[in-house]
Amino acid sequence: MRAYDFAAPRSVRSALDKADAGSAYLAGGTTLVDLMKLEVMTPSRVVDINRLPLRGVSLDREGLHIGALDRMSDVAEHRLVRTHYPVISRALELGASPQLRNMASIGGNLLQRSRCGYFRDLSTPCNKREPGSGCTALEGQNRTHAILGTSDACVATHPSDLAVALIALDAAVHLNGSGGPRTVPLADFYLLPGQTPHLENTLRPGELITGITVPALRWAVNSTYLKIRDRASYEFGLTSAAVALNVRGTTIVEARVAVGGVGTRPWRLHAVEHALAGRPLTAATYEQAAEHATDGARPLRHNAFKIPLLRRTLVRALTELGDAR
Amino acid sequence: MTERERSEEPGDGLSRRGLLGRASAMAVGAAVVSTSSPGAAFASDTAAAVPPAVGEHLVDVRLSVNGRPVRLRADPRWTLLDTLRERLELTGTKKGCDRGQCGACTVHVDGRRVLSCLTLAAAADGSQVRTIEGLADGDELHPMQQAFIDHDGFQCGACTSGQIMSAVALVDEGHAASDDEIREYMSGNICRCSAYPFIVDAVKAASKVMR
Ligand SMILES: Cc1cc2nc3c(=O)[nH]c(=O)nc-3n(C[C@H](O)[C@H](O)[C@H](O)COP(=O)(O)OP(=O)(O)OC[C@H]3O[C@@H](n4cnc5c(N)ncnc54)[C@H](O)[C@@H]3O)c2cc1C
Ligand code: FES
Ligand code: FES
Repeated sequence: MRAYDFAAPRSVRSALDKADAGSAYLAGGTTLVDLMKLEVMTPSRVVDINRLPLRGVSLDREGLHIGALDRMSDVAEHRLVRTHYPVISRALELGASPQLRNMASIGGNLLQRSRCGYFRDLSTPCNKREPGSGCTALEGQNRTHAILGTSDACVATHPSDLAVALIALDAAVHLNGSGGPRTVPLADFYLLPGQTPHLENTLRPGELITGITVPALRWAVNSTYLKIRDRASYEFGLTSAAVALNVRGTTIVEARVAVGGVGTRPWRLHAVEHALAGRPLTAATYEQAAEHATDGARPLRHNAFKIPLLRRTLVRALTELGDAR
Repeated sequence: MTERERSEEPGDGLSRRGLLGRASAMAVGAAVVSTSSPGAAFASDTAAAVPPAVGEHLVDVRLSVNGRPVRLRADPRWTLLDTLRERLELTGTKKGCDRGQCGACTVHVDGRRVLSCLTLAAAADGSQVRTIEGLADGDELHPMQQAFIDHDGFQCGACTSGQIMSAVALVDEGHAASDDEIREYMSGNICRCSAYPFIVDAVKAASKVMR
């Protein structure tokens, strides 16, 4: 690990003052400490933000508010989250392990870095880690990589389960930096890799995530997250689906659908939502809608299986939600 | 990273087999022996003495480790795991992957189970740490330690202190309602020897005594 200096400020103001382009904020450390050991991340200063007052889950007319430093385990088990937005609880519970969820924060989760083996290995080229060096995964081991939103510079999957649930729910992130506070819809926060995969989001240097807001959505009570993995637990998803259905009688009025494990960023599926709206709650509806999930998909040598797997994941999630009513 | 820490890394002179062999000799033994004489884990009687740190940006860290106050000047790069093992000579906590992927290093910080390999000692300043050495009450093993012995919950022992720390927390969290729930909430602890069925038995048995 490279040397760095360490600060543990007590206020947002002082944290922002201590941060610069070469520094990194430390929340749970489950991404940062791992990547500092690998020397994939080499900050000159680590600013521990755990003493900042950025915690608290609440619900009001606007929706659900979660602090950047709330822990995955606490948010997953929070009564308000479980009752009103089960898709968020499920997405959190199905991620990482109990120990990691006790450590990992909501802000850190949204900023976790790629699990691509080449990104984590300094001895192989990776455009995300070292712009212009090339992408080893394109012709290398790419079974777990993305099929949606890829470019010839990067095919890494966005690893966060939480972000998939949040993007389905139109959540927004609250930021604070030298330019003052601002709020950005999560849909505009994450960038496609294009030719600049090292730029993953629109966070400015030294900017802090202070919290998130999930807009009020009454029918989010009817939502779920399904994750398909190589093993039953403690594993990233090969495919996953966040689904919410607004149902009247036996008809779907409106749907929210996003998928994970397949995109270079958390992937909202508006086409699937349109295909579900106004249709009856039947297997045929789910099958036909799921066809649209892989519109524009570009499989690599080892991951073409994700095309049928993603459609089936979606059909199963929709079926479980439809049946549960 | 110091030379001493470096030599702890698998592949750096130590073969996997050598490492596991050493670990198996120590695992349950260390957990039991040092808990029967808690003071022996520390070099001095008051705050634990640790070798001086090197580097430019040292930070003061105060911890309570198994109820004993500890003060050290830490390199901000030190993980809690290396601090426990290399500075405080509490080697009951094991280093498996050092990457958050196995659970061998599980300890409790302020009552919550966490991975000490991804926790910086500097960031743990002010917290209460409980390790496997802090579970037993004098000569009497914690019910979870006893249950692991009674139910054969280990073979080589490399994962065992992490399994036990995780299991104790799991029961406190209220996640021992069924075999499936125990399996899910123990999934953050990998066992290379695949003692899983016996671990579930042990957790079930201990959870009844702990209540
Ligand atoms: C073995 C393993 C398995 C995992 N499995 C899953 C999984 O299945 N699903 C899943 O979703 N995740 C998984 N994760 C990832 C885990 O959820 C993330 O590492 C975690 O959420 C990151 O949060 P943190 O608080 O620890 O972030 P940190 O490591 O502290 O920070 C991560 C990054 O965000 C920055 N940062 C943190 N907080 C802020 C803030 N408030 N403002 C600005 N910048 C900030 C840091 O500087 C750093 O760059 C896994 C991780 C591991 C190690
Ligand atoms: S050593 Fe910490 S999780 Fe493996
Ligand atoms: S007992 Fe050998 S790794 Fe678990």
